[in-house]
Amino acid sequence: MVGALGKNFATFASRLRGGHGCDTAAAAAVWAVSKRFMSSSGESITVREALNSAIDEEMSADSKVFVMGEEVGEYQGAYKVTKGLLQKFGPDRVLDTPITEAGFAGLGVGAAMYGLKPIVEFMTFNFAMQAIDHLINSAAKTNYMSGGTINVPIVFRGPNGAAAGVAAQHSQCFAAWYGQVPGLKVLVPYDAEDARGLMKAAIRDPDPVVFLENELLYGESFPVSKGVLDPSFTLPIGKAKIMREGNDLTLVAFSKMVGYALKAADELAKEGISVEVINLRSIRPLDRETINASVRKTSRLLTLEEGWPQHGVGAEICASVVEESFYYLDAPVERICGADVPMPYAANLERLAVPQIDDIIRAARRACFRKEDMRQATA
Amino acid sequence: MVLGRSFEDMCAQMYYRGKMFGFVHLYNGQEAVSTGFIKLLKQTDFVTSTYRDHVHALSKGVPARQVMAELFGKSTGCCRGQGGSMHMFSAEHGLLGGFAFIGEGIPVAVGAAFTSKYKREVLKEEGDMPVSIAFFGDGTANNGQFFECLNMAQLWKLPVIFVVENNLWAIGMSHYRSTSDPEIWKKGPAFGMASAHVDGMDVLKVREVAKEAVERARRGDGPTLIECETYRFRGHSLADPDELRAPAEKAHYAARDPIVALKKYLLDNEIATEAELKSIEKKIDEVVEDAVEFADASPLPGRSQLLENVFADPKGFGIGPDGRYRCEDPGFTAGTAQV
Repeated sequence: MVGALGKNFATFASRLRGGHGCDTAAAAAVWAVSKRFMSSSGESITVREALNSAIDEEMSADSKVFVMGEEVGEYQGAYKVTKGLLQKFGPDRVLDTPITEAGFAGLGVGAAMYGLKPIVEFMTFNFAMQAIDHLINSAAKTNYMSGGTINVPIVFRGPNGAAAGVAAQHSQCFAAWYGQVPGLKVLVPYDAEDARGLMKAAIRDPDPVVFLENELLYGESFPVSKGVLDPSFTLPIGKAKIMREGNDLTLVAFSKMVGYALKAADELAKEGISVEVINLRSIRPLDRETINASVRKTSRLLTLEEGWPQHGVGAEICASVVEESFYYLDAPVERICGADVPMPYAANLERLAVPQIDDIIRAARRACFRKEDMRQATA
Repeated sequence: MVLGRSFEDMCAQMYYRGKMFGFVHLYNGQEAVSTGFIKLLKQTDFVTSTYRDHVHALSKGVPARQVMAELFGKSTGCCRGQGGSMHMFSAEHGLLGGFAFIGEGIPVAVGAAFTSKYKREVLKEEGDMPVSIAFFGDGTANNGQFFECLNMAQLWKLPVIFVVENNLWAIGMSHYRSTSDPEIWKKGPAFGMASAHVDGMDVLKVREVAKEAVERARRGDGPTLIECETYRFRGHSLADPDELRAPAEKAHYAARDPIVALKKYLLDNEIATEAELKSIEKKIDEVVEDAVEFADASPLPGRSQLLENVFADPKGFGIGPDGRYRCEDPGFTAGTAQV
């Protein structure tokens, strides 16, 4: 993992020196302050620490921000993301709720309508299905229904997608469902920088944000620059990040799959296929400009997601590219998705139900017209 | 109450003339509940309601012109024509909706109450604690969100009042056919909450009970659950043929019309004269007529309004006002954190 990220880091740094637009305020700050950032920024933090520090700093800066959810206080967070917050801010601002998703999601919406900035945690987004009425009908639609007079500055956050061995009711990916709703902003961080920057942007945003994390990424460490650790670091909502530049194929992924995409890109580089990996960061608004610009450069598209194929995120990306960049395509667009089944429990079946690195490699070869059997699968 | 009744009658007329459309749910007969509670509130207090929200909006102070224009779908409506009959919102008057899903307004009212308490205790704001009232019906009292909110409101002693307008019918489902224990006010004590049952056709009795509840909430002593026995004189909505309700039942409640009852009380106790009451009614008629004229004359929303107000961040699709990505504007990512 560190190897792939080391390369990613170098790419990031070279883009900075080349002055390729401004990915982050941090980047600009670091660039302005010190050109020797490559050598000095040795710090690594986990995604969990990134989220925790982002929430901590925003709560310190604005006393209207509060956290609410099951086990966020005394238990220190079901996945320890809210560790230490109860001790620091007290029970008035870090609320342990009863098991009442619909009730406390609606309570958060009401509090936001009246001027506070709640961060509502769902233990996993599967449980948010019990509250989805409030996410969509009272959070997403209210600004529109009230003619722009009442907005809802709320963040709904929690782990999304498959974990390990937790079976069908705990493994669904909700990116496509929430991504369809106008009035919601849907964010999908991958690494620690994404987690910090996007969380801070989400908390400051005046609209409802659905923040889809990933349980398996919480413990992963990523190197970050000093700028990322600055309390005023935010990332723009609606802008994707090119993790790795390439010329032969555009591979679009989000959340945990970005890591897989980078590993696959490393392998494919050995065969002479140069893959451009795009980290979406934001499902809604979707950064169609970055994706299409990339496809116009490489002329091949692969999308990668863990969720189900029908009406998924990949379907929207493929449609967007076919609509806007049809004449630039040299190969059919292809979606790599999770299998169209509820998540099985058995470990070998679970492996078959989500994309693996070999699946990505084979699909890439197909797109480049190398001979690959469509029926092969990772066992 | 008279404004509410005349307004709703006018809505029915307008609907049948095609000026109003979609789902319209009228409040005739239940005016005592709305008036009894909301007239005790200040502008800084909050109300949430269901789809039967026209009169709650009027009682809370939203001008009749704005409500009528909203119903006609015109851009001068309280929600610029984007909400409609079931989604009345007014930030200015503390009306947090107008929800089509029953039960949805209850957690929102509890959230506003939570904010009232938070502002006092954490943000140390001064002044009277704003109170929230959630209005909903007998059908909603069987919904999960209702119970979740009774629990949380009592647990955290929030300044909210749960008002059940028990009109005995949820569309065509009789309260007695759908509820194991029909006495809704009894569900409060199960959560340790103060509860009351009141005759919702008598505005003075409602006001008495409401006063106690509002004072309890403002003191910080927590929520109250109040069941108001009331009745809707018209069908569930203007599309409802209303065939299932027995004529005898309708007649029984028609005899207890809250406006007629209050009139009688005022005249019997010589608080007002016949002439004064007539002049009030005349004035109300003028207000309602004026509202209709205003709504009729108002323009429909412009085409560009279709895409507006999806996000509060006005160019929330990632592009700044100069047409470039927001991230390219150093002001956007400068941040406001002061640690």
